[in-house]
Amino acid sequence: MPDIDVVVLSRLQFAFTISFHIIFPALTIGISGFLVLVEALWLRTGEEAWKRLYQFWVRIFALSFGMGVVSGIVLSYQFGTNWAEFSRIVGPVLGPLMAYEVLTAFFMEAGFLGIMLFGWDKVGPKLHFLATSLVGAGTTVSAFWIIAANSWMQTPQGAHMEGDHFVPDSWLAIIFNPSFPYRLSHMVAGAYLSSALVIAGVSAIYLLAGRHTVLARKSYSIAMWAILVLAPLQIFLGDQHGLDVLEHQPVKVAAMEANWDRQAGAPIIFFAIPDAEKETNHFEISIPGGASLILTHSLHGVVPGLKDVPKEDRPPVGIVFWSFRVMVALGLSFLLLAGWGAVARLRGALDSDKWLMRFSALLTPFGLVAILSGWYVAEVGRQPFTVYGLLRTKDSISPVVDAGAVTTSLTIFLIVYGGLFGAYLYYVIKMIRIGPRPFEPGADGSGSEAPGAIQGARPGLVLPPEEAARESAP
Amino acid sequence: MIDLPLIAAAVIGLGILFYVLLDGFDLGVGILFPFAPDHTARSTMMNSVAPVWDGNETWLVLGGGGLMVFFPTAYAIVLPAFYMPIMGLLFALIFRGVAFEFRHSATTSKYIWDRAFFGGSVFSALMQGMLLGGLIHGVRIENGHFAGGLFDWFTPFSVLTGIGVVCGYGLLGAAWLVLKTEHATQVWARRAAMVMGGGVLIAMGAVSILTPLLSPAIAERWFSGVNILALAPIPIFAFASAVALYWSLIAGRERLPFVFAILLFFFGFLGLGVSLWPNIVPPSLTIHAAAAPDATIIFGLVGVAITLPMILFYTWYAYSVFRGKASAHGGYGDD
Repeated sequence: MPDIDVVVLSRLQFAFTISFHIIFPALTIGISGFLVLVEALWLRTGEEAWKRLYQFWVRIFALSFGMGVVSGIVLSYQFGTNWAEFSRIVGPVLGPLMAYEVLTAFFMEAGFLGIMLFGWDKVGPKLHFLATSLVGAGTTVSAFWIIAANSWMQTPQGAHMEGDHFVPDSWLAIIFNPSFPYRLSHMVAGAYLSSALVIAGVSAIYLLAGRHTVLARKSYSIAMWAILVLAPLQIFLGDQHGLDVLEHQPVKVAAMEANWDRQAGAPIIFFAIPDAEKETNHFEISIPGGASLILTHSLHGVVPGLKDVPKEDRPPVGIVFWSFRVMVALGLSFLLLAGWGAVARLRGALDSDKWLMRFSALLTPFGLVAILSGWYVAEVGRQPFTVYGLLRTKDSISPVVDAGAVTTSLTIFLIVYGGLFGAYLYYVIKMIRIGPRPFEPGADGSGSEAPGAIQGARPGLVLPPEEAARESAP
Repeated sequence: MIDLPLIAAAVIGLGILFYVLLDGFDLGVGILFPFAPDHTARSTMMNSVAPVWDGNETWLVLGGGGLMVFFPTAYAIVLPAFYMPIMGLLFALIFRGVAFEFRHSATTSKYIWDRAFFGGSVFSALMQGMLLGGLIHGVRIENGHFAGGLFDWFTPFSVLTGIGVVCGYGLLGAAWLVLKTEHATQVWARRAAMVMGGGVLIAMGAVSILTPLLSPAIAERWFSGVNILALAPIPIFAFASAVALYWSLIAGRERLPFVFAILLFFFGFLGLGVSLWPNIVPPSLTIHAAAAPDATIIFGLVGVAITLPMILFYTWYAYSVFRGKASAHGGYGDD
């Protein structure tokens, strides 16, 4: 059996590299949807503003896409370098799903990304729109396959062990495993919601600063519509997903709720320090019956407990418990933003409510934080297994790679990814600072409704946003 | 009875060949980057590969993924065996990949990304070459697991193959630039192709002599009985491609150098295939022993059969959109 340190280090390395990676696909899934919409609006109306918005966001999209590509290649090889046993045992089942991702999504994205970014003068507008749409579709198709593979690790079916590896029986059963539809919809909605929060946040920053207001108003409005739909939808999808987890991975639910004993009328815990040694919670603040109500829709429903399984089959409780709380709290704050935005819009104050904009600006990165928290719940909650109930994490790693090698690669990853993330943020912030190309209002009638429009072009003429908003208010 | 593992091996081989040729030329452009005549030439070079590099690199993901699908045992042995060069390759690819986007956004910090592009390209090629050398040299396997050390791959032979691949990609990159550039840059690219071509020929010659000496099994495959006659066309055609390459460069042709550089790679690749056969991981793991269950291979091959023609079609289309000479300007349609 391999050294325990190698297991921990390999897990840390995988967790770090995949956490870093997932931020970028989440952004590219959502932003590409926005780009498709904006380019469609441009094709329909011919309004220059839409094209300007496209050209601004496509730069951020391209930067994020590049980061996603390079950090994704790392993952496809890390399965082999650090998780060789996992690859050998599970490869016959998961390998094809990942290969289908490459074949049906990556090539399509890569092929049309060039046209999308550099092809404006080379192809007609309709073909360019097709390229944008195909890249957008590719990002979601990619999510389909990778979530299928990951869901199989959570709720495996359609394959059996033969000798020392899995052999597939039914590909339909493998792909459409019990948790797949819930997890796919939860992830794709999360990606769209996070991207909408980023777009709304950046637009709000422009509106607060009184810059690029014509464009920012348009993107802010679109993003707030998206949040209004997605924030409640995401909570509904999360609830449905939770019920599915309760059915198939009860111990994960027990960890999410830090519920040690199987009990009827389990409390919902707002705060606790779970203690895995003593099998109890410290400093617990809770409402009786709450967890039962949420999970079984009855105050007296039975909620599984961690003690249902032996200690060695339990996930680390604290991480799962707290990640889940961070995710839920953020989800509720997005719901608040959605509701506030809807009220402001009804009152005609969507682009004049400064506190709403500040709240929106504050939430800019937190959709992505919520995605990460959700993934920690899902992945840490699956421990100590890589394939739930069937293959243990400690039996999944490469047999000979030693702790020194993994420490070295992990250290380099930390440094390199830290530097890259810094550079990424630096350039994204620089792009946001520079903003979209100066927009001349009135040229096509699109800017006429907004006296604040001159602000973008001539910094000297900037009006305080509330003043501009007052002028433009009906 | 259809030999599924054999077909799967052919598909993997084809994927690797596509990767080597396509990412080869854009890594090559990076390898030649700092030696370009001037700043404008460098921007042109970068723009000539910017729309296509991402697709080219996707073949590498397919190679890794394909190996996991069709030959999970080989995947589980090769990747830990080459832990260090693979990590090195990944870090190098990260740097050169982000260099495209960051360089575009940078003003004063452009030089950092120029260096990242060059360093990342050279190091990627070097690591790939050393991996190849390590693989030919053989991997120690016990009970179906890698049983060697972390640095087994590091040998004089792998250094030779590493340098060979750097020169080879440099040659492909230079030939690509002959096709995509004009005037002074093109003249320079032609010279670069000759220099890099020289390096390739020396490395190929040395590898061809050393490989049979390193392994009696490989020597036997090449030189025993009728094999020597049946296989003789491979080195002969490789040599003919090299001659044609130099002729086309001297004659000032624009497209042919790229074609002949590809042919030279193709025959070199075939030669390596012969040396490795019937193993997927020398000296002992055969294609058939490493193969995945039939159900997995069939599902994988169905996917390849349906999607590969489409991929080739739109890859061809994407290239044709950007056909013609590259320019130092252009980019996101806004400048």
